Amino acid sequence: MPSITFIDSKGTSRVIDAEVGSTVMETAIRHKVPEIVAECGGACACATCHVYVDEAFMPIVGKPQAMEEDMLDFAYDVKPNSRLSCQIKVTAALDGLTITTPDRQG
Amino acid sequence: MSAAIETDVVIIGAGPVGLFAVFELGLLDIKCHLIDILPMAGGQCAELYPEKPIYDIPGHPTVTGQGLVDRLLEQSEPFKPTFHYGEMVEAIEVLGDGSAPLFRLRTDIGKTITCKAVVIAAGGGSFQPKKPPIPGIEAYEGTSVHYAVRKMEAFRDKHVVVVGGGDSALDWTLNLQPLAKRMTLVHRRDDFRAAPHSVNAMRDLVASGQMDLAIGQITGLDGADGHLSAVDLKGADSSVSRIACERLIPFFGLTMKLGPIANWGLNLTENLVAVDTEKFETSTPGIFAIGDINSYPGKLKLILSGFHEGALAAQRIHRYVYPEKRLTFQYTTSSTSLQRKLGVA
Ligand SMILES: Cc1cc2nc3c(=O)[nH]c(=O)nc-3n(C[C@H](O)[C@H](O)[C@H](O)COP(=O)(O)OP(=O)(O)OC[C@H]3O[C@@H](n4cnc5c(N)ncnc54)[C@H](O)[C@@H]3O)c2cc1C
Ligand code: FES
Repeated sequence: MPSITFIDSKGTSRVIDAEVGSTVMETAIRHKVPEIVAECGGACACATCHVYVDEAFMPIVGKPQAMEEDMLDFAYDVKPNSRLSCQIKVTAALDGLTITTPDRQG
Repeated sequence: MSAAIETDVVIIGAGPVGLFAVFELGLLDIKCHLIDILPMAGGQCAELYPEKPIYDIPGHPTVTGQGLVDRLLEQSEPFKPTFHYGEMVEAIEVLGDGSAPLFRLRTDIGKTITCKAVVIAAGGGSFQPKKPPIPGIEAYEGTSVHYAVRKMEAFRDKHVVVVGGGDSALDWTLNLQPLAKRMTLVHRRDDFRAAPHSVNAMRDLVASGQMDLAIGQITGLDGADGHLSAVDLKGADSSVSRIACERLIPFFGLTMKLGPIANWGLNLTENLVAVDTEKFETSTPGIFAIGDINSYPGKLKLILSGFHEGALAAQRIHRYVYPEKRLTFQYTTSSTSLQRKLGVA
C-alpha cells in the first residue's frame, strides 16, 4: 500500500498506509488526521479538505480540474501546490507523498 | 416589529426534509409556515449541489439536487405553505404545556409566529457566511467588514473592497460601484466563476478606469477603533501591496453552523438534537426534529430517512393540533378525502 505522510500546521507528522482507489481525503478522515474537515463528504462542494501537496509530487498529483479550481476560491491561503484532498485519488505512484494541512479550513 | 402570525406548525428549515414534511402534515389538514435563512428553498441540495445527480431517492434512478427540490415544491403546493426566506429563527418561547403545547418563535428581523408544534428541519444548521481567517478581522465586523450587503447606502462615498469570484462578489461589485467612492474587486486568480455577462461588465469598468481589479489574497488589515483604513494584498508572486479602503466585503461561500438551536434548552447529542424513533419528538413535547439535524441510534443522514421521520412526526403532531379528532390511516391511492386535499379528486 502506498504510504502518505500528513504534516499538520504545528509540524506533527503521521505516516499512513493508504488504500489504492480511495481518495487522500478519505484516507485522512479514516485515520482521524486533524485539520481536514471534509464537510461535504468528498463532493467537491465545500473546500474544507484543502491541503498542500509536496512540490516534488506536483507533476504526479497534477493540477486541479476546473470544478476544483472554482471550489478553491473558498479556501484560504491558496498556493500553487494547493489541492482539495477529496479530488486526489490514491495510486501506487503516490507512495512517499507528503501532504501538509493548513491551520484553518474556515 | 411586524404583525404576529398564528398557524398550526412552523417548520424551521426549507431543505428537502422540511419540504416533504409540509406534504405529510398537509394530508392531515395541518397548515405550515417555513422559515429559512437562505433566500430560496432546498437547503443543502439547492445551495451545495444543485447540479449534481442524486442516485438514492426511491423511484428516481437519478435526479439533480435542484430537480428534487423543484419536485418537492410541486408536491407540497396543494397545501399552500407560507415561506419566510432570508430569516433565521432565533428564539422559541414555550407558552403551553405537554398536554397542549403552544410556542412563540421569533426571527432575527423581529417577526413572531405562534404555533401548536415546531418541526426543526435545520439540517447541518443554518447557512452562514464563511469568515476569512485574516488576523484581527473580528474587530472590524459590523463596522467596516460586512459578509452581506443589507443597506447599500452604508457604502456610499466609501472606498469599498469586495473579495471573491462568484456571482455574489460580482453582483455586489457592480451594484455598489456607482455609489462607492472607489471600488476594488480582489480575487485570487484572474478567472471568475460568476456569470460571464457580469464578468464582462466588471472588465469594462476596469478598462475604462471606473474601478480596480486586484489579483491576490488579503493577508492583513489596518485601521483603528473598528474603522478600516487599508488591506494588505499578497499577489501571486508573494509580493505584498497595500490597498486603501474603508469597507471590506468578503465572499467566501457559506458554511453550516448549528447557531441559535443550541440555546433552545433541547437535549443535544454531539451538537445534534436528540429524538425518539417513534415520533421524532425532542426533549420538549411539541418540538420535533427531523432530517440531518436529529440524532438517534442508527441514524443515517440521508434524504430518504428524513422523509420517513417527517411522516411519523406528522402523526403525533396531529394529536396536538386536533386533540379531539381520531386519526384514521389512509392511502393516497384509494382515499377520496386525501385526493380532494391534493386537488386530484
Ligand atoms: C455534496 C452533497 C451530496 C449529498 N448527496 C446525497 C445523496 O446522494 N443522497 C442523500 O440521501 N443525501 C445526500 N446528501 C445529504 C443531504 O443533502 C442531506 O441529508 C439533506 O439535505 C438533509 O436535508 P434537511 O432538510 O434535513 O437539511 P438541509 O438540507 O441542511 O436544510 C436545512 C435548512 O435549514 C435552514 N436553517 C437551519 N437553522 C435555521 C434557523 N435557525 N433559522 C432558519 N433557517 C435555518 C438552513 O439554512 C437550511 O436551508 C448530500 C449532501 C451533500 C453536501
Ligand atoms: S470534502 Fe468537500 S470539497 Fe473535498
